Amino acid sequence: MENPLVAVHGVHFAYNSQPVLEDVHLQIRRGDFLAVLGPNGGGKTTLLKLILGILRPQKGTIRVFGLTPGKAARYVGYVPQHTNVHEVFPITVADVVCLGLLPHRSWWRGFIRSDEAAVRQALERVGMWKHRHQRIGRLSGGQRQRVLIARALVNEPELLFLDEPTASVDRQFQSEFYDLLKTLNASMTIAVVSHDLSVLSSHAKSVACVNKTLFYHDAAELTQGMLESTYHCPVELVTHGPLPHRVLKDHPCRHD
Amino acid sequence: MTELLQYEFMRNALWACLLISINCGIIGTLVVVNRLVFLSGGIAHASYGGVGVALFCGLPPQLGAAGCAIAASMAMGMISLHAKHRSDTIIGVVWATGMAAGIVLVDLTPGYHVDLMSYLFGSILMVPGYMLWLMAGLDVFVVAWAFLFYRQIQAMSYDEEHAQVMGVPVQGLYFALLGLTALSVVMVIQAVGLILVIALLTVPAVIAEDFSRSLRAMMCWAVLLSMVFTMVGLVVSYFFDLTAGATIVLVAAAVFFIFRIILGMYKGWRARQ
Repeated sequence: MENPLVAVHGVHFAYNSQPVLEDVHLQIRRGDFLAVLGPNGGGKTTLLKLILGILRPQKGTIRVFGLTPGKAARYVGYVPQHTNVHEVFPITVADVVCLGLLPHRSWWRGFIRSDEAAVRQALERVGMWKHRHQRIGRLSGGQRQRVLIARALVNEPELLFLDEPTASVDRQFQSEFYDLLKTLNASMTIAVVSHDLSVLSSHAKSVACVNKTLFYHDAAELTQGMLESTYHCPVELVTHGPLPHRVLKDHPCRHD
Repeated sequence: MTELLQYEFMRNALWACLLISINCGIIGTLVVVNRLVFLSGGIAHASYGGVGVALFCGLPPQLGAAGCAIAASMAMGMISLHAKHRSDTIIGVVWATGMAAGIVLVDLTPGYHVDLMSYLFGSILMVPGYMLWLMAGLDVFVVAWAFLFYRQIQAMSYDEEHAQVMGVPVQGLYFALLGLTALSVVMVIQAVGLILVIALLTVPAVIAEDFSRSLRAMMCWAVLLSMVFTMVGLVVSYFFDLTAGATIVLVAAAVFFIFRIILGMYKGWRARQ
């Protein structure tokens, strides 16, 4: 069997001795479309940041393309939650997208003509080319999110991570966006972190439920057990069949 | 006006204004966009501890100030990396401790010594010739650093985590920025003193931020504005016999407030259109 692109083994992580993740194991195979689900505060984003090398685990090992996290920059694209970005920062849309090309440049070199073509292609893909000279702060939340997606795509990554990518995007772009992800999935491996189950009803091929511990399921469906132990309450079920359908639990949510 | 240039101390002061402005514009821009304003204030005040140590040991005070500023900036940088939520408190403690240590050490130093006032409010009219060369050297270094690492600096300042994922050595850049900020602060103290150093680092950059479309443009505008503020302030202080450092800061502040009011009126007018 081919080595997985990402291998997480026995990872523990705590913020100020408050455990966030315990004994997490996960493998992401080439070509996968993984949905990482779980309640807010359950550790989804933390897991992503560990894989990306932004955080370091207190215990356990993580390999990305066989390397320690953070060493595989040129194969990785990352769309963060848009909240951690400055609003008034003086930078244009095109320059933001250029930042995605950094791993392909030696540190002292400027950008070259082929970069311009790559930036154009990435911005056209998300329909933002006409805004390229705008300052990023002048855009709406949804438009800014599209630019951040372009920044991740410009790198032509083999592995694309997205953290709540549709949180501030309008409904219309949301379905366009999931279609775009499906197209991309033909050539790249994708992992989407979301607290929103609708990512499943689109094109996910496997699911990981994270709430301190991680449950992995090798198909885009959730079992009752996974959901209940992740969300601590019954949740609507989503499965793939000839017709996509949802099975709703009929008794009300219990909080404990 | 030409009579001003006959005095050597005035020529030196004007040169110092230009040299300080280059630094202020570039480092000030990065201080503003990376939210290091409070940390820079901490560095400025802690550096007075170094002045005290230097006088006590019979060393040149600038050397002490620079050494202490760098040490303080590195310490505060480490703390903000490892205990983000407490960093403002700890900067406040370092701020006050450095200042207090400086005052006590000056007290303990026997004999006559340079007065505290020139550190608090600056002494741009007493900048010696060799100091100008040091300033020019630091300018060259800062300009070269900002030019060579522009993309990385831009990436870190805009979105630190994304920059890290893209393989930018964020920590190294961050500490380099802190070290250069420390040296710049010590240099700017010459002009406006440690109490007012924050104003000269931030006001030109904040004004420039509004109409700049890139970090590079913001730096250039901030340098230009800083040159205007320092030179105008210096000339005004000469003719009205005022403290140079405070006058420079008031010129900058006046422009800042006028700019803000005009901008606010313009935005209101645009909204009504």
